[in-house]
Amino acid sequence: MGIYELINFYVIPGLVLGSIYALGAVGITLVFGILRFAHLAHGDLATFGAFTALAVVATTGVNPWIALPVAMVICAALAVGIDKVFYDYLSERPKIITVMASLGIALMLRSLIQVIWGVDTETYTRGIVRPDNYWGFRIRDRELYTLLAMFAITGALWLFLQKTKWGKAMRAMSDNPDLALLSGVDNRLTTMLTWAIVGALCAASGFFLGLNTELKSMMGWTMLLPMFAAAILGGVGRVEGAVLGGLVVGVAEELSVLVLPSEYKAAMAFAILIVILLVRPTGLLKGKLL
Amino acid sequence: MELLGYLNYAVYMAIFIGIYAILALALNIQWGFTGLFNAGVAGFFAVGAYTSAILTSAAAEGRLGGYELPVIVGWLASMLAAGAIAWPIGKICLRFRSDYLAIATIGIAEIIRLVIKSEGWLTGGARGISKIPRPFSDFEYLYTQLSYLALVMIALFLVYYMIERQLKAPWGRMMRAIRDNEAAANAMGKNIEARRLQAFVFGSAIMGLGGAMLAHYYRSITPEAIDPMIATFLVWIMLILGGSGNNKGAILGVVVVWIIWSMSEFVTDSLPAEYAIKAKYLRIFIIGLLLQLVLRFRPEGILPETAKSSTSTSDQQTSNNNKGEAEPSPAQSA
Repeated sequence: MGIYELINFYVIPGLVLGSIYALGAVGITLVFGILRFAHLAHGDLATFGAFTALAVVATTGVNPWIALPVAMVICAALAVGIDKVFYDYLSERPKIITVMASLGIALMLRSLIQVIWGVDTETYTRGIVRPDNYWGFRIRDRELYTLLAMFAITGALWLFLQKTKWGKAMRAMSDNPDLALLSGVDNRLTTMLTWAIVGALCAASGFFLGLNTELKSMMGWTMLLPMFAAAILGGVGRVEGAVLGGLVVGVAEELSVLVLPSEYKAAMAFAILIVILLVRPTGLLKGKLL
Repeated sequence: MELLGYLNYAVYMAIFIGIYAILALALNIQWGFTGLFNAGVAGFFAVGAYTSAILTSAAAEGRLGGYELPVIVGWLASMLAAGAIAWPIGKICLRFRSDYLAIATIGIAEIIRLVIKSEGWLTGGARGISKIPRPFSDFEYLYTQLSYLALVMIALFLVYYMIERQLKAPWGRMMRAIRDNEAAANAMGKNIEARRLQAFVFGSAIMGLGGAMLAHYYRSITPEAIDPMIATFLVWIMLILGGSGNNKGAILGVVVVWIIWSMSEFVTDSLPAEYAIKAKYLRIFIIGLLLQLVLRFRPEGILPETAKSSTSTSDQQTSNNNKGEAEPSPAQSA
């Protein structure tokens, strides 16, 4: 197999899938790092975002790219709402109770999606898109935009966390919530802000998965394991780690087809998760270990 | 005839309640007494179901089988197989907080589902395994059902008795101590990782047994027979609603949730077809909401974990193995 074939059929699809995982993994790493629990409803929140964008496209007939920011805003509001109604009052109890609540939320979100949109597969646009040829590398427009959008969104988030007052508050809460509270950080507002960002990232992740493949009610749940693998691989609490982890998991899943039957693509994420927990549980870029 | 129909239905319900009660007790060992979050109940359940099915069923074209071993061997093997899968997962993940175990068990359940679907030589693929022998199947229908019910109840009683006995022993106090105050238990010299691993493997083995019992009851098993997420979640809500940390509560929770679940099935089935499918998903939504309400308003469940402090004063002088006894605390503090 030539190098072009390897890149065109495995590496590029892997990077695209990896970008989708990265967007989700950044959200997971923020919740894991700042709010300190594993958010199991993350995948289904992404599905919800994807279907919200579909609803916008279907009702107004706009370009899917315009539906993306709308879905991000709606999903951000939903995430803040879920926190207010369901997670917030559990904050004084052991964190594992919130993990359990989030499993229930995952189930609730999914059944809601199935009630509203049914269980059939949907797409944003019809028709087959042929890849363009760039000096032998075959890339579809939407694949290129997915990669670029992922870097733009996570880059903006990174700048926000490094440079702004609120970003610093979030990082302070991640390092030590009590100390952050003493230094005048409003934990309640910071939590809200975190959920808004996480919800928006979820919607983006689900949207790009729907754009590059199809929309299914189970798509988010199947993404949950690779997203967690990516977050832990990159180092919990590290945004740039989650991006790196997402890309690694995505490419590894696509490359696994070369040695494993394609049914076991999903097992690759699990293998990565187990290996990183065995070898370096803090992740590639030294993150937190809860 | 009417009466016989009701009786048949009652026995059918009772068998399911018995099997789910075994699962809830198994989860109680992991969550209620040890504080381990297993989100892959259905995975261990499926391993047990398929192990026993393969070992006891007659030979079939295109898949492993034809051993026709006695059912009891199949059940014991199902426990061994489920425990054997739990062991490495526990070994790797129990060093960390229970969040990691939750993710890993979701993963292992997913892998088990993939293996069952794609390894046709082992599991019969999408067609599954049929003609699984069921004990006492030579009798008349009702008597077959009743004798299987008796078998389920005996298994349930054995599991219940074993767990209760273990909990009263120093082992049980040590487990609660580890759950309630890990640092203190550690300082007392308790090997926390090893104890947790014990509880995780033991609980998973019993989940395997539950799976085997359901497979022999259905007489066949296919990958689509059980929705993994819903099966796992039902067991969870049964335990939480009934009262985690309390075996009687766990069984009560199974009865309550199973009755709500099957009654709501009656309602959704009687709706016109266009609403029936939506109502089916709405049922799952309501179960999810029920969990949120229980967590918020009655986290200790219907029957809370009973405080065990009164019995320990005399024990402390006679046994030197219970130094890990911690202050009793309400359920859910894991």
